[in-house]
Amino acid sequence: MSGDNRFLGLIYLSPYIIGLLVFTALPFAASFYLSFTDYNLMSAPVFTGIQNYIKLFTADRTFRKSLWVTLVYVFTTVPLKLAFALFIAVILNYKLKFINFFRTAFYVPSILGGSIAIAVMWRYLFADVGIVNMALAGIGLEPVNWFGDPTNALFTITLLRLWQFGSAMVIFLAALQSIDKSLYEAASIDGAGKFSTFWHITMPLITPVIFFNLIMQMVQAFQEFNGPYIITQGGPLKSTYLLPLYIYEQAFKRFDMGYASAIAWVLFAIIMVLTVIAFWSSRHWVYYAGDKRS
Amino acid sequence: MADHVLSPNLAVDQEADRILKAQRRRHLVSMVLRYGILAAVGLLMLYPLIWLVGASFKTNSEIFAGAGFIPHEPTTSGYVNGWKTSTPYTFGHFFWNTFLIVIPKIIGTAISCTAVAYGFARFDFPGKKVLFASLIATLLLPNVVTRIPQYLLFRDLGWLDSFLPLWVPSAFAGDAFFVFMLVQFLRAIPRDMEEAARVDGANTWQVLLFIVVPLLTPALISVCLFQFMWTMNDFLGPLIYISSVDKFPVSLALKLSIDTTEAFEWNRILAMSVLTILPALIVFFVAQKYFIEGISAGGVKG
Repeated sequence: MSGDNRFLGLIYLSPYIIGLLVFTALPFAASFYLSFTDYNLMSAPVFTGIQNYIKLFTADRTFRKSLWVTLVYVFTTVPLKLAFALFIAVILNYKLKFINFFRTAFYVPSILGGSIAIAVMWRYLFADVGIVNMALAGIGLEPVNWFGDPTNALFTITLLRLWQFGSAMVIFLAALQSIDKSLYEAASIDGAGKFSTFWHITMPLITPVIFFNLIMQMVQAFQEFNGPYIITQGGPLKSTYLLPLYIYEQAFKRFDMGYASAIAWVLFAIIMVLTVIAFWSSRHWVYYAGDKRS
Repeated sequence: MADHVLSPNLAVDQEADRILKAQRRRHLVSMVLRYGILAAVGLLMLYPLIWLVGASFKTNSEIFAGAGFIPHEPTTSGYVNGWKTSTPYTFGHFFWNTFLIVIPKIIGTAISCTAVAYGFARFDFPGKKVLFASLIATLLLPNVVTRIPQYLLFRDLGWLDSFLPLWVPSAFAGDAFFVFMLVQFLRAIPRDMEEAARVDGANTWQVLLFIVVPLLTPALISVCLFQFMWTMNDFLGPLIYISSVDKFPVSLALKLSIDTTEAFEWNRILAMSVLTILPALIVFFVAQKYFIEGISAGGVKG
């Protein structure tokens, strides 16, 4: 809208700009500074250089365990969830009856899943005498000790997140439905088989959405808190003690704000590095159809 | 059959018929497979929730007695006892607190995000590119890194144990996802009407209020609904900021009831879990198309 004051747009943005500075930028910088201090809320922060980081990487076995568990969790949950979401979206993307019913049914867990009531439900479902073990017994399998065994406990949390594949699936489905049908007709005339069509036509066209889902799910998975906090309290033997739990306990139970900030920054650095790798590699595998991005 | 002379034409017909049949058979197998997988996955998605609702009406001794969801001796004792809670307050009080958090937060979000999205989508100004980039960066920024200083800030402001830390950031368009969603939506709307109104002498505020907001309504409904769900489900925010029980929202009250209920009183906890997710469930079924459209729009156009 020409003729207007060129700063008019900034007036509309003013809430955002204030919020960005006060609630994001300032805390962001402050947390970086705090990570180099010793600060327990009782007295002013004391600058200690890289002491916190040295302690984290040399003396803190809980941190090492927690970091490892977090990486295992993210690298199993995210690929499984994306693969499953895409698989179901491909099945749904077909002239099926009840497609809306299925889409809704698959989406409901995602809408409720963040609630701690669902985490509570998970505790009951996977209890030693819960219905999951009853179902296993029904098909002749041994009951599984879902929470008591360190290897299984983390997987139980992963299952909780897999159960919420719906939001990623809805995004995949929308992308699949927006693919031009004439491309498939052309491929079929050329005699391409189903898998070949999927691999050479469908996959390239939905890579932007795969990329979007990958980033979003990864950032989310690194911050998983409710599941392990409610279901396993980080145990057994810290096998589900993800980094956000460790940060929470250091910051809000022990009020060791400096050390907690240092852990938060390690977590942040890992997320950043992986995001940068994803963006960098996306040039080679993400395909933007006729879209010159500016 | 042997008596007949097969004309070449008939052979072709038969061949075509055979291919068609094979195709139809393959189609049938594919359909059965698809529906089979979808039904199985649908069962895995919904049965836990159905079981949860059913089990909340069971007696404590029946909850782990079988995998079915239909209670043999239906009882509402879980609801009656759970509603009383082990605190001086009823569960209704905690619901009231939740709505005291949710409603102002939604209003603040809707107003601030609309104004900011309008600014991004319809104006040129110095620093626009940088600011839009900052929006995307905020979208990807893990909250975990800003949480501690935010807590210290709210502590210095004297806002701890109040709802202000939960309301205020949202009133400053703190949820970048919503701004982004509305910007994407606005960019797809032609500007003709707005320009016509400007020619007729309306100022930008009037254009925003009387033309843009009505056009934006479907997207705004999505924003409000998502904010409702996320705030209803939010656990970590109240956990950090709310410390007195009389201000607890349901998420904290449910956690409290797990910690304080006798170990065998399962149906109380299940009943309160059902109540906790009930508002979100109702809102979702009433307005599900806004969720699906919202998430598809925000995701795909990004």
